[in-house]
Amino acid sequence: MNELLRQMLFLPEQASTFALDVDHLHYFVIIVTTFASAAVGLVAIAFFWKYRQRRPNQATPMVNPTAGFEVAVITIPLAIFLLWFFIGFRDFVKLSSPPPDAMDVYVMGKQWMWKFAYPEGPSSVGVLHVPANRPVRLLITSRDVIHSVFIPAFRVKMDAQPGRYTETWFTATVPGRYQLLCTEYCGAQHSKMWGEVVVMAPEAFDEWIKDQQRGMVTRQDVLADEDQVNLQGDLREMGKRVAIDQGCLRCHSVNDAVYGSEQHIGPTWVDLYQRPTKLDNGTEIIADEAYLTESMMDPNAKIVAGYTAVMPSYQGKLSGPETAALVEYIKSLRSDRIRQASVKGPLYEPVR
Amino acid sequence: MSQSASTAQVAVAPAGAQLELPKKHYLNDGTTIRSWLLTVDHKRIAIMYLVGTTFGLLLGGIFAMVLRLELLTPGPTIIEALTYNRMFTLHGLVMIFMFMIPAIPGVFGNFFLPIMLGAKDVAFPKWNLTSYYVYLAGAALMLWGLITGGADTGWTFYTPYSTTTTTNIAPVMLGVFVIGFSSILTGLNFIVTIHTLRAPGVTWFKMPLFVWAIYGTSIIQVLATPVIGLTTLLVAAEHTFGFGFFDPARGGDPILFQHLFWFYSHPAVYIMVLPAMGVISEAICAFSRKNIFGYSMIAMSSLGIAFVGFFAWGHHLFTSGQSAFDAGAFAAISMLVGVFTAIKIFNWVGTLYKGAISFTAPFAYICGFLFFLVFGGMTGIALATVSLDVHWQDTYFVVAHFHFIMVGAVIMGFLTALHYWFPKMFGRKYPENWGLLAAGLIVLGFNATFIPQFLLGNAGMPRRYYEYPERFAALNVASTAGASLLAFGFIIIAIYLAIALFNGEVAGRNPWGSRGYEWDTPSPPPTENFDHPVDHTRIPHDYTDTEDVATVSHAT
Repeated sequence: MNELLRQMLFLPEQASTFALDVDHLHYFVIIVTTFASAAVGLVAIAFFWKYRQRRPNQATPMVNPTAGFEVAVITIPLAIFLLWFFIGFRDFVKLSSPPPDAMDVYVMGKQWMWKFAYPEGPSSVGVLHVPANRPVRLLITSRDVIHSVFIPAFRVKMDAQPGRYTETWFTATVPGRYQLLCTEYCGAQHSKMWGEVVVMAPEAFDEWIKDQQRGMVTRQDVLADEDQVNLQGDLREMGKRVAIDQGCLRCHSVNDAVYGSEQHIGPTWVDLYQRPTKLDNGTEIIADEAYLTESMMDPNAKIVAGYTAVMPSYQGKLSGPETAALVEYIKSLRSDRIRQASVKGPLYEPVR
Repeated sequence: MSQSASTAQVAVAPAGAQLELPKKHYLNDGTTIRSWLLTVDHKRIAIMYLVGTTFGLLLGGIFAMVLRLELLTPGPTIIEALTYNRMFTLHGLVMIFMFMIPAIPGVFGNFFLPIMLGAKDVAFPKWNLTSYYVYLAGAALMLWGLITGGADTGWTFYTPYSTTTTTNIAPVMLGVFVIGFSSILTGLNFIVTIHTLRAPGVTWFKMPLFVWAIYGTSIIQVLATPVIGLTTLLVAAEHTFGFGFFDPARGGDPILFQHLFWFYSHPAVYIMVLPAMGVISEAICAFSRKNIFGYSMIAMSSLGIAFVGFFAWGHHLFTSGQSAFDAGAFAAISMLVGVFTAIKIFNWVGTLYKGAISFTAPFAYICGFLFFLVFGGMTGIALATVSLDVHWQDTYFVVAHFHFIMVGAVIMGFLTALHYWFPKMFGRKYPENWGLLAAGLIVLGFNATFIPQFLLGNAGMPRRYYEYPERFAALNVASTAGASLLAFGFIIIAIYLAIALFNGEVAGRNPWGSRGYEWDTPSPPPTENFDHPVDHTRIPHDYTDTEDVATVSHAT
């Protein structure tokens, strides 16, 4: 049944856990729509025949709907639409909440190619390797205009926005090669901004990434040099370099000893990631990737309680990969103390 | 027997005699070019809108055919990538701002709104003419900008692409800004006309449903259009002077643009489709000889769509990184638009019950309209079902969905209006058999063009693709074949209407035997609209007592 409907609707193969959820809802919607509109259509055709005009200037009775009819045509469609909405929204919330154990991959779109970087290396252009049956979270940004990551076989899509990170996730189920397409119009070569997702058996993937990390130092990525940033190497190491170069460490401490004692100009980075943080307007937020990125680009949007808004914006000063590297560096800064588990929102743990 | 009908009896020739056009009517009241260009007669302005918007439809149609030909093969076919990108920008902008938005309100709203209300003209006739010239000026500026500047941003102008592109988009943005004023002026004029110029007896709930639809449309035009005006100016300023509103490299926020843009452009869909719904409400009564089934429900659902349509824009941003809560809220609100549309559809089908249906060309278009609205609407509901949209967003599924609504429903509404009111506007009939043939071709052509595009979207083909992977080729060929059928249908219509305009059989006052108010006047109407005192005491489309119009119809 699934296979028949999938073929009839020209849907691509179902290669992620999310694909099945989406397709089942799709079938539900299309089957209900088909039957409902066929019923309305048949009634209309019956009327065409039964009530065809029989003589010129035929008089017709005045007919108006009963209150019951109007209530029915409001409540029945509304009930059906809301049912679809609830199922669709439930699935969407699932898609917006990556599991804590998801493996992270940084994705950057630029006119007109895709770059993928793993926190501990390697990075690649155009081809994304992921293990099957393990959740993978994509942290997506763009270097220039808006792009959009679309993997039809996984039924996932997320825009790549310049100046901020968006995220999506999937668990691929079937090893193989799948096309990745850009779905946000981005200029002359938009229709050629394709990439490939290679889904590997988990063991094969582990082998592959170890191999890559070993050979990483010697390889040069020909396409990365115009970025002024060498994408090769450990993102955390790169993040540390960026933090020193950009002067972040003049205000933010990365030293365990400072934590908990004297207050610096800016909040410490140690244990910052996932820390429940009180803001000066009284609300409490979780310091996640989105918050960290925002604090670099628009530092005054959220001020931590007890601190002054003195940080300049790094909008335009940090490239996409540099931002990713900084985030990854901050995430790596952990003290030994046991972290207070957050009770609000999902907990993201990077894969170490 | 009402006053108007008995006057009508007097006015027409006896049964069997050759009908003649009235001696004096708005078309021959002044024949100089000046008498047209400087007219303040709402009917002549409507005809000028007909010329302008039809030119827009022709241009947009030609661009569409170029796009479809390019997509015939997966690789480059007839044009380059950059030309293709300019073509779809041109196609979108011309179709939306030169045809879809002004077409039905500008042509049929202008022509029939005052007549339906029993007024001699709109409230501000000179504004009405001004509005037309503002439309022409904006359209000319936009076209000039597109052709010389070569904007390649798509009609959505998403930042920062649009503010960093090397093509010159400033004149295009200014053109859109100027056209917006035409839209606001027309909307304001109609609102004031409806409030102040209803003839005695035409109470709010006796207004024809077309008037209600135009009323809803006008409210959206007045409230939403300023936002797109503002947005286009900001984009033009960022592109030209480098201000940082939307480009993150300059400290701006690209998502802000998307919110501003869709705050107008989502309601704009209802600016296009509500008037078409109004046309259908009129014509379905005339061709099933029945009062509308649930008058107040249909009237109020027009206002409901106009209101709720303002709060649904975020469903265009499900994959932009918008929060899950926002996505859910916008999705739930979008479902309400679907419910208001469903009310209309059920009530239109209910109108057929116990009617006396004649299957004419306008009725064929009504059927086409219902078909496209049902499937265009249901795919819209499916797209608003958040998780489904993740797969479909920015694919051909979206393209097919909005073409079903905008091309399918709106053009069906336009063609219904054109055929239903052609005898009233020009006093002559079009050839019915040719009309039915063209209607069949067009409905078939639309389906053949856009059903494959739904499937392309399912298969995962993104929109605005100049080249595409091989596996999408077969469906693209089918779509292009369908588009050529469609073009053929439009050519037939253009030919027979052009012939009918000068040589068609004289229609007489009321060739359809319709009981809409507008059919009480001669065809074509005199400059002052009525040849007898207006008496709109009956409710529109009451076919319970057809004795009085019978005489008129026999004569016809």
